[in-house]
Amino acid sequence: MKRQTVVGLALVAGLFGTLALAETHIVAAGATFPYPIYSKWFSEFKSEKGVEINYQSVGSGGGISQLTQGTVDFGASDRPVTDAEIAKMKSKPVIFATVLGGIVPTYNVTGITKDMKFTGEALADIFLGTITKWNDPALKALNPGVNLPNADIVVVHRSDGSGTSFVFTDYLSKVSPQWKSKVGANQSPNFPIGLAQKGNEGVAGLVKQTPGSIGYVELNYAVQNKMAYGEMKNAAGNFLKADLASVSAAGATAKTLPASITNAPGANSYPISSFTYLLIPSKIDDAAKRAAIKDFLSWMLVKGQTYNEGLDYAKLPASIVASEQKLIAEIH
Amino acid sequence: MSSSAAVSPPSATGAKPTFFSRLKGGDQVAYLITLLFASIVLLIAVLIVYVLWQESSLARHKFGFGFFTSQAWDHNEENYGALPFIYGTLLTSFLALLFAVPLGVGAAIFLAELAPPKISNALTFMVELLAAVPSVIYGLLAIFTLVPLMRDYVEPALKSTLGFTPLFTGPAYGVGYLAAGAVLAIMTFPFIISVSREALLDVPREQREAALALGATRWEATWQAVVPFAKLGIMGSIFLGLARALGETMAVTMVIGNVPKISASLLSSGYTIASVIANEFAEASSDIFRESLIFLALVLFLLTIVINGAARLLIIATTRKGSS
Amino acid sequence: MSRLAWRNFVNEVMLSLTAVCTLLTVSTLILILGYLIWNGGKSLNWAFFTQLPKGPGEVGGGMANAIVGTAKLVGLASAIGIPIGFIAGIYLSEFGGVTFPFIIRYVADLLNGVPSIVVGIFAYAIVVLPLKHFSAWAGSVALAVMLIPVVVRNTEQFLQGVPQSLREGALSLGASKWRTIVTVVVPASISGILTGIILGVARIAGETAPLIFTSFGNQFWSSGFNEPTSSLPVMIYNYAISPYDDWHRQAWAAGLVLLALVLVSNILARGILGRGTAANRA
Repeated sequence: MKRQTVVGLALVAGLFGTLALAETHIVAAGATFPYPIYSKWFSEFKSEKGVEINYQSVGSGGGISQLTQGTVDFGASDRPVTDAEIAKMKSKPVIFATVLGGIVPTYNVTGITKDMKFTGEALADIFLGTITKWNDPALKALNPGVNLPNADIVVVHRSDGSGTSFVFTDYLSKVSPQWKSKVGANQSPNFPIGLAQKGNEGVAGLVKQTPGSIGYVELNYAVQNKMAYGEMKNAAGNFLKADLASVSAAGATAKTLPASITNAPGANSYPISSFTYLLIPSKIDDAAKRAAIKDFLSWMLVKGQTYNEGLDYAKLPASIVASEQKLIAEIH
Repeated sequence: MSSSAAVSPPSATGAKPTFFSRLKGGDQVAYLITLLFASIVLLIAVLIVYVLWQESSLARHKFGFGFFTSQAWDHNEENYGALPFIYGTLLTSFLALLFAVPLGVGAAIFLAELAPPKISNALTFMVELLAAVPSVIYGLLAIFTLVPLMRDYVEPALKSTLGFTPLFTGPAYGVGYLAAGAVLAIMTFPFIISVSREALLDVPREQREAALALGATRWEATWQAVVPFAKLGIMGSIFLGLARALGETMAVTMVIGNVPKISASLLSSGYTIASVIANEFAEASSDIFRESLIFLALVLFLLTIVINGAARLLIIATTRKGSS
Repeated sequence: MSRLAWRNFVNEVMLSLTAVCTLLTVSTLILILGYLIWNGGKSLNWAFFTQLPKGPGEVGGGMANAIVGTAKLVGLASAIGIPIGFIAGIYLSEFGGVTFPFIIRYVADLLNGVPSIVVGIFAYAIVVLPLKHFSAWAGSVALAVMLIPVVVRNTEQFLQGVPQSLREGALSLGASKWRTIVTVVVPASISGILTGIILGVARIAGETAPLIFTSFGNQFWSSGFNEPTSSLPVMIYNYAISPYDDWHRQAWAAGLVLLALVLVSNILARGILGRGTAANRA
């Protein structure tokens, strides 16, 4: 009986004793747009400082939702939080831009060797279902010399509440009046046609596996998976692909954040660019977590930014870094 | 099964009563403890119903019975309707049964009546093992094998032959109702085969032998004498398979295309109740959105209760009939 | 054609058709498993079992934390669910009158049919929301709710199978009812009860839907049971719908590991049952 008691107590102690580990563990959730860079950041931060930030990419909608419920320590979103949403949160969130990224039209069409060119209107028509075949005259006009097949276009979009969808539809609303009136800009647009999947990962996965499909994903997802993505015509009339230079150029046009930088002016601005944000509660009760999060934010603004370009995200403009460093003090 | 109080014999040596000897007379205690644990089971079920009911109250009050006929799923207007999901759930389950029942019952007949016992047992053992394969693994397999098969071979073939009907129009995506129905059918085979085979084996030998003695061919004996006897059990297996298909989440959500719309064409994408909850629950920030999802969960819950109840009744009826 | 010849023809055709049905169903199932074993076998490596997952797009890494996570979730769920189910099963078989056991049986069957996603919502509402965080506790509660009905009905069934004479023998020797159950009835039916428990545990090990918003996920090790926890089924789901080839490879490997777990448990359980009943007959 005595031995059994000792073994039993040891088991219980072992189970619960692990709770008392000195490491700080933080839980975060949100946007899939920056997931590759966040994943890199959090693993580097852990090796350097020993603090574990467990980030789950569930989409901007999920990030805001879980932050409101209080089940995560901070959230991440590519779209701005509305006043109604802030009202439901326990404490007003402090918003930190983290990286700049671009959303690209990625497609899976066999037999095409050159990159395709798209205009905003053409893209809107594709996602509205007005343009249904790859060899539609509008697409052929934009892409002379490209052997477009006589195949149906399979549209792929997000099934979950997505900041990426928000930015994409924000852009489409700016360049296509039909899009603006029929669908508009929001995180869960009522796409008239198309298949859907969860996360940037899901859309990329579906496009990669479905011949004849087109979807919108963050640049890194297309690059990492060697998927073809097209050039977009920007506000100045130039066709360019999303890359560090063009995305940074768009980012430089932002004055205060959060801001929409889609269809930004400038000869070299990529038209579907976006900042993405971390939503940090302004009041964090747990002292250890608060210290760790503030530590991460200062790390992110300096050391973290050095990892951006390796994963095709642009660095934050210096002025924004400076203002955010002051913003950290607002977390108490 | 009465709880008789036992008399505890006095300890022979007059030693101090240990923990165990005090309990020896404690049948009442044992009764109470087991009753308590059994009540926990009841409590869990009551809690589930309570949670589903309470947490869907906003949606129930806002939409009422109109929820069941509305096709809306608009986060911006905060207007939600269940019809596309009910349609998708019922359609995919129906397709699953359409494939699984003939094949499953046919295989059960073969295994029960015609196959040599050793082969029958071995094959049934394998089939029953497959009933234990998790849903997400079927989904994983479906994404990389079934969907390309559908997209590249099956759906184009269906389109070229039956494309004039509204059932097979539209692009061949691969994902969609047909793929979901097919993967559900594969998941349902083991249930139908296993339970139907049991029901057929339960039929007394005399039935079969009587028919054969009257000059029936083996098929006639099986189809006209044995199968009707096992009809209730077979139907029970179909209902069990249906109940499982209705609640299947992962495999379906990986291949259905996730589009909250109703389409006549089997080649199009759709959505089921379980899939939409899995995809959208974690992000439901507005109360009405979350409560609409829970309302959907309530609908699914009630649906599976009804079907499971019917299945149990059928199986009970078979065993009663079989033993009479 | 004479009537007899027609009937014989129909006989041949229908019997062949049933053989075809069997062939189709069994071969589909075998092909599926074979494909999984082939792909999974190719993809397994030592890193899979020992390393933590890497970020999206990075090659390598493993699912060590997911394997341990599944073990934790299943372990805790079993610790909660098996005692409740077992003792409730004893109530149904050995104690109790007519009405209440009938209600419990009906309710247990009801619970058995609840879709796993609904159980997930339930666990989210009663564990995650009050505690204000995702945790292995929440995931285990969801899995326990799915395990309990299986264990209850199975325990009851096998206890019922023990002949009344065994009970009466013990009672006539002066044992209390409680003593009889513990020392005579349960041991006599233990192989069947164990079988049911093993099958139930194997089933919950593969459940994904209830874990998505209860134990959530974790790219690191989770300490204790109070943190979000990675698990094999959820990893398979996330990796399968992603675009990364290396993640697909790992999903196959995880699928194989999960399948092996489930199949081995099932075969083990049937082995125990088979031996148990043979011993009873001996």
